[in-house]
Amino acid sequence: MSQAILQVRDISLSFKGVKAINALSFDVARGEICALIGPNGAGKSSLLNVLNGVYHFDAGEIVFEDQHFHRIDPLGAARRGIGRTFQNNALFKKMSVLDNILTGLSRHMRSSFIEQALGLPRARREAEGFRLRAQGILEFLELQAHRDVLVGNLSYGLQKRVELGRALIAGPSLLLLDEPMAGMNAEEKQEMARFVADVNRDLGTTVVLIEHDMGVVMGLSDHVVVLDYGRKVGDGTPADVQANPEVIAAYLGVVDA
Amino acid sequence: MTFFFETLLGGLLAGTMYSLVAIGFVLIYKASGVFNFAQGSMLLFAALTFVSLHDQGVPFALALLLTVIVMIIGALLIERLVLRPLVNRSQITLFMATLGLSFIIEGLAQGLMGSQVRALDLGIDDVPLFVGPLMLSQFDLIAAAAAVVLVTVLALLFNKTRIGVSLRAVADDTTAALSIGINLNRIWQIVWAVAGIVGLVAGLLWGARQGVQFSLSLVVLKALPVLIIGGFTSIGGAIVGGLIVGAAENLAEVYIGPLRYHAVVRLRIGLGLPVYPSRRPVWRARHRASLKPCRSPLFKKPRRCCWSSGASPGP
Repeated sequence: MSQAILQVRDISLSFKGVKAINALSFDVARGEICALIGPNGAGKSSLLNVLNGVYHFDAGEIVFEDQHFHRIDPLGAARRGIGRTFQNNALFKKMSVLDNILTGLSRHMRSSFIEQALGLPRARREAEGFRLRAQGILEFLELQAHRDVLVGNLSYGLQKRVELGRALIAGPSLLLLDEPMAGMNAEEKQEMARFVADVNRDLGTTVVLIEHDMGVVMGLSDHVVVLDYGRKVGDGTPADVQANPEVIAAYLGVVDA
Repeated sequence: MTFFFETLLGGLLAGTMYSLVAIGFVLIYKASGVFNFAQGSMLLFAALTFVSLHDQGVPFALALLLTVIVMIIGALLIERLVLRPLVNRSQITLFMATLGLSFIIEGLAQGLMGSQVRALDLGIDDVPLFVGPLMLSQFDLIAAAAAVVLVTVLALLFNKTRIGVSLRAVADDTTAALSIGINLNRIWQIVWAVAGIVGLVAGLLWGARQGVQFSLSLVVLKALPVLIIGGFTSIGGAIVGGLIVGAAENLAEVYIGPLRYHAVVRLRIGLGLPVYPSRRPVWRARHRASLKPCRSPLFKKPRRCCWSSGASPGP
């Protein structure tokens, strides 16, 4: 097993001729937290969408767990252990927190729907096991108090945490977080950063996240990849990246001398 | 007073048949947010298949089983050929696809099995039955019982199983559902198969009433007022809506009928007023509770509510 859990190799993606991602390559090492940063429209979200198969890339390949892919679909990505959250919360608003988290286990279901409808032993055992796992996730993310609340009634910050829980319960080996701290105040951000760090450390999950708050990124991540106009302009440790003139130019703009 | 209750109960029983038709729509709307224009042709196709088999001398139970299998295969084909290529397209695209689908199914049904009127005998006589002092139709009672059984099975399927949860998840956010590993194709297969089977039951009951022919596919028009009352997403709403429409229709026919019911209808159309129930308590209660602008079910775009005159919210 190689050191890198995920290798992005020369990936290109375009929408009707507009290049969103241009021959992008980078590696994500097993067990690290990798942050994708870059200005708006740099292709960060597009890249996450490529990684879990929402978008199909035009060229290049993705190597995940030593398997080579030229095309990924969302269901296949979920089956192989890629979990994700979305930039705008994509929770099921009319369901409770517990039910939302349980949906994360849909593909782990083994009992048939007839067994479930009739409440046969296997289905009951399975449901019990699922409930225990969900309970574990709720405790891990300190969501027990909101267990039966409809997700639509929760604050934005808590919704983000529920979404994290829904992705986590399936036990992903790679977790893609699209702006997990967007729209939060400093305190909530810190809390979320702590949860992400806990997930990474306690569960050994590799995390790829998009974040704009440099303070959070520099403190949380082991590895930073900087994108600008669909190209990679920086790749390295947070300190390396901060010192990279190209990155500074991308963020602050350059004055032609 | 007995006469009033007879009329009311007769209407309620007939209403369950409306509910049956409406439930087919609700199922598919819940799973894909699409008004399935092809529900009527599926109903026709199911009834026609059953009648054709039965006419060939296939025994009742076997014909029923075979028709169920045909409807399941049909659902698998629809999912594979029509829906799967359209994943992540807009709702209106899917709606248009169901429109095309309805023509294909109607054409297939009549091309393969003929377009003449076929009599369908379910072996249930439409004879009056006395319940206490009330005279009710035996056929209506059995139809209502069939509806109750069907709804119970559906409730079990969608409330007790994870399929129900997956279904709600898919309806809520397709992309998110896919990303957590819900198999959208499987869900659609199941839902369309179930809608086909519901169509079969409704088609048989309505077919026994009015003969199996093309006009059977228009029975779905009866479902529209039911859906408007009960909402597109609630099986319970479809049942209540069906009962209200059935009762209202029967009562109106008996009590307002002499005053030219059809003239009233025409007048309402002329004035641009809703033809069917002028007051819709369920809808209005839901409406007030949510305080959101009404949504037209066909186009998922908020629009100004032109129905409930009193409680019309601003945009």
